[in-house]
Parts: sequence; structure tokens; C-alpha cells
Amino acid sequence: MRHGKYPFILAFLLPPVGIYAIYMLSPYVQAIYISMTDWSGFTSSQTFIGFDNYVEMWHDDQLRTALRNNVILVLVVPVLTLLLGLFFASMLNVGGRKRGGAVTGVRGAPVYKIVYFFPQVLSVAIIGIVFKYVFAPENAGGILNRVLGAVGLGGLQQLWLAEPNYLIWIVVLVMTWSFVGFYVVLFSAAMQSIPRDIYEAALLDGSSRLTTFRKITVPLVWDTVQVGWVYMAIQAMDAFATVHIMIGINGGVQGAGDVLGTAMYREAFAEADFGYAAAIGVLMLVLTMLVAIVFMRGLRRERVELA
Amino acid sequence: MTTTQSPPRLEPRSPRGRRDRLPGVGAGEKAIGLLNGGFLLLWGLITALPLLWAILSAFKTNGEFRVDPLGLPSGVQWDNFSRAWSAANIGQYFLNSVIVVSISVTLTMLFGAMGAYVLARYDFPGNRFIYYLFLGGLILPVFLALVPMFFVVRNLGSLPVIGQFLGLNSYLSLALVYVAFSMPFTVFFLTAFFRTLPNSIAEAGIVDGCSHFSLFWKVMLPMARPGLISLALFNFLGHWNQYVLPLVIMQDSDKKVLAQGLGTLAASTGFRADWSALFAGLVIALLPVLIVYIIFQKQVQAGLTAGVLK
Repeated sequence: MRHGKYPFILAFLLPPVGIYAIYMLSPYVQAIYISMTDWSGFTSSQTFIGFDNYVEMWHDDQLRTALRNNVILVLVVPVLTLLLGLFFASMLNVGGRKRGGAVTGVRGAPVYKIVYFFPQVLSVAIIGIVFKYVFAPENAGGILNRVLGAVGLGGLQQLWLAEPNYLIWIVVLVMTWSFVGFYVVLFSAAMQSIPRDIYEAALLDGSSRLTTFRKITVPLVWDTVQVGWVYMAIQAMDAFATVHIMIGINGGVQGAGDVLGTAMYREAFAEADFGYAAAIGVLMLVLTMLVAIVFMRGLRRERVELA
Repeated sequence: MTTTQSPPRLEPRSPRGRRDRLPGVGAGEKAIGLLNGGFLLLWGLITALPLLWAILSAFKTNGEFRVDPLGLPSGVQWDNFSRAWSAANIGQYFLNSVIVVSISVTLTMLFGAMGAYVLARYDFPGNRFIYYLFLGGLILPVFLALVPMFFVVRNLGSLPVIGQFLGLNSYLSLALVYVAFSMPFTVFFLTAFFRTLPNSIAEAGIVDGCSHFSLFWKVMLPMARPGLISLALFNFLGHWNQYVLPLVIMQDSDKKVLAQGLGTLAASTGFRADWSALFAGLVIALLPVLIVYIIFQKQVQAGLTAGVLK
């Protein structure tokens, strides 16, 4: 049995490591170098220009819009999603009250979880198309305006996707819509591991739902919240598909809905400025790392563990 | 989980308040319960209605879609689906997706299991290094790799002999890119899984004269089945729904995959105004995912959330 161990290890590691190295690792390594060239992609020559691309980014107004939008996404989407996720998860799992002071889930909780989670398995392309038409003008199937008209709020009707100031907030809403269910299921799993007698003790002490939520549920699932937060901030960073499909590769009216992903894609595959595109990619990496570190540290809190 | 703490303390209430408020049965409690139910239902509707509307729209005429978007379709327009399937090329895109995803999920599971198995159960120099190399890929944003990846694939296409299978617009290229980007999580998840498998059975296999190779195929792989299934579902959904990677690799209009083809169709539908065919295409893209989700609902939720919890 001992003989042939190394050939076996080698044979088993070679395919996964090889494919991973060629298609994923090597691009990341090259990206940093390319970001310091003026490569157009079609010539074999690429001039090393140091940090010029990074300096150019600093003066690029459109990129600043994209950056601002990414910052909005990374800050707002996680907050909204986590609040809604925690709220719904706690209602589903510990929202029920039985006679005699037992804390249970609400009726139909499994059905709610199935429905809430569904957007998570959908392609972002499908979500983008559906919401493009939800927010469309009334004569192009726009159901939001239709619904507003039907319930007597016709005054609120808008050409949603034609108003530069709304664009990024619409993206925020759509992303939140698609993420919440995932976090409901995630937090539900965490909440189910909280022993019921803690809740029953709290009930006997007469604590209200809000107090129970704040002082028991949230502290006991905080670890999951923290990890979920970082994970979500990274997801929110990449709004490419949603923006590309819903408001277009140029970021919609006046480019106001632009994000770094679309800006980068344009620079690479429309402008053939691969050096600059790679520099935007590096900016995204730096932002992702920053967000991960800041959120990990900022949210650290005394751990409460169950035996 | 060694430290044990008592549950967080709650503010004490006055004895009077305690006597008045029997837990969970007052009229106030009932009202709150109803309110909670209302919120849950509301979010359920917010989630489900846009999707139901999209599905219903696939059965309408274009006139109905425009004039009465909220109504039910007057009849079922199967023609929408045939227009989407052939005229709008969704049939071709569907086929492309099926080909790419069958290759990519098979290879991801095979190579992922091989790598994870060796990393989990064999001690050799460099084991930790390779493991962390895979793990590192979990936090890198796809976008940074996009530009060089395009050139890596393009350049592989000019290799002698094998180049014809590996260039841009090739099913195999896209599948291999999916495999590479799925490796970090697959290896991470399966390594943890293989470590939990009992040693005694492996040892029994060795005593029976199993080779390393047959031990993996005949003993370990069958034991790892639950983990493999939830991960295969996870990868299937991820690959089927992928949007940005095919956008870069598959630029030929005949080679587009479903999500990408739908995006193109949506962009051009504005001019041709054939909305119902667009939504029929959307339903075609949604069906496989919906079926998988309904059948494997538990495993899908467990598989997708495991990534965050571990």
C-alpha cells in the first residue's frame, strides 16, 4: 500500500491544480502587471507605464460615478438585507407563541422559506429582465406604474429608469430583493440551534418581543450575521449583470447608474484599453479587501456561545 | 464551543407587570401575531408576484402584455414559445447551456473530489500550501481576472493540435473556466467532507488489498455521496446561471449560453416589441432551475448556505 503513494497523489492533484492555475490563478497574477501597461490587446507590444492608469482613474469623472455607486451598493444593500433577513427569520422561527408560553415557529414557515429563497437560484439575467419590465413605462408593460395607478397612487408614477437619480437605488432594491431570502434561510438555521428554554425563560420574565429579539436572538446569531455581512458586501460589489441588463452597459441615462464592473467591461471590450480595465479590476480587489477587513473588525463583538 | 455563558440578562420587570401579562395569550399578543403574519405574507407576495407576472406574460399576446399587463392571459399562446425557441434562437442557447454545464459540472465534481480527497487524507509536503492556494480563490473578485482570462483562452486557441478545442467560442473552454472558478469552493467543501469519513472503513479496504485508486472509487466516493450531491446542485445552479464569464468567452452569436442569450434578446426586444417571446424565453431558462429547486429544495438550501456557515 505504501508504494505508489506519490504517483497517485500527483495523478489526482494534477488536473484540479492545473486547470485552476491556468484559468484562474494566472489571470489574477497577470492582471496586476497588465494594469501597469497601456496594452490595447491587439498588439504584441505593451509599454510599461507604471501607475499612470491609476492616476488616470483619479481624474475620470465617469469612474467616480461608478465608484460612488459601488460604495452605495456595498453600504446600503447589506444593511437592508440583514435587517429584513433577521426580521423575517426571527418571525419565522421564534415568532409563534403557544398557549402556556412556548415559543415556536409560525405556521407555514417551510412554505415561506421555499418562496423567499427562490430568487437565489435564479439567474441574475432573469432577475434583471423581470425588473427591467417592472420599472418600465406603462405602455411597455411596466407593472409598477400600473399597480400604482390601480391603487390610486397614480401621482407617484414615474419613468423610473429614465431618471438618473433613481438608477442606483433601483439597483439597490433589486439586489436586496434577490438576497433577502438567502439570509432568511441562513439565519433560520442559526436560530434553530438556539435552545427553546432560553426563550421560555425570557417569556416568563415578561420580556417583549422586541427585547427578546434584541437581547437574545441577535446576540446568539451574531457570528452568522458577521460572516453573512462580509459575504454579502462582496456580492454587492459585483452588480455587473443587474446593471448591464436592467439599465445597459453604459450605465443608463447620463451614465448615472454605472458601476465599476460595467465601467471595466466597457474599457476592455469596447475601448480596447486593457491596461486601464485591469487597473479598474485592481481597484475592485482593493475595495473588496478593504470592505472585508473593515466589516470583520467593525462588527466584532463579544462572542456569546452556547454550550 | 468550550466557553459556556449564561444567556444575556434581561431587564427585570415589576412583579405587577408580570402578573398582568400572561405570556403569549393576551389580545395584544394576538394582534402582534397577526401583524407578523401580515409582514411575512407581504414579503412572500413581493417575492412571488414579479415572477408569477413574468410567467403569465409568457402566455399572453403582445397586445395583452402592453394593454393589460396585470390581467390573466385570455388564451394560452404556445406560439410565443416556438417563436422564442427558434426565431429568437433560445433553442440554440439552451442546447449550448446544456452542453457546457454537463461538461463543467462533471469535471468540477470529478477533479474537485480527486483534489479534495488527496488533500484531506494524504500527508505529503506541500499539502497545506495547495489547500490554501485553493482557499485563496474564494475571496478574489471575478472581475480582476476577466481581462487576462480572455487572453489566456485566446492564446490557448493557437496551440498546435489541442488549440482547436480550447480557443474562444469553444464549449470546452467555457466549461474549463467554470471548473477553475468552482475549484476553490468545491475543494474547500469536499476536503472538510472527506475528513469526516471514518478511518476504519478505509483501513479495512487497505487490508483487503485495495489500491489507492480503487479505495477512492469503490469506498470513499460512494461514502461521500451526500456531500457530492449537494455540491453538484450548487455547481449546477452556479454554472447554469453564470452571466459574465460566458459574455467574455462566447462572443459568437451561435455559441451563447442561455443567460447571456436572454440578455441579448432583452436588449433587442425594445425595438422589435416581441415581449411575449422574450418572456417565453425567460420561462424556458427558468424551468430547469425551478424543477431542480422543487425536487431538491432541502439540499439546495443546505448546499448554498453551507458556503457561508463553514
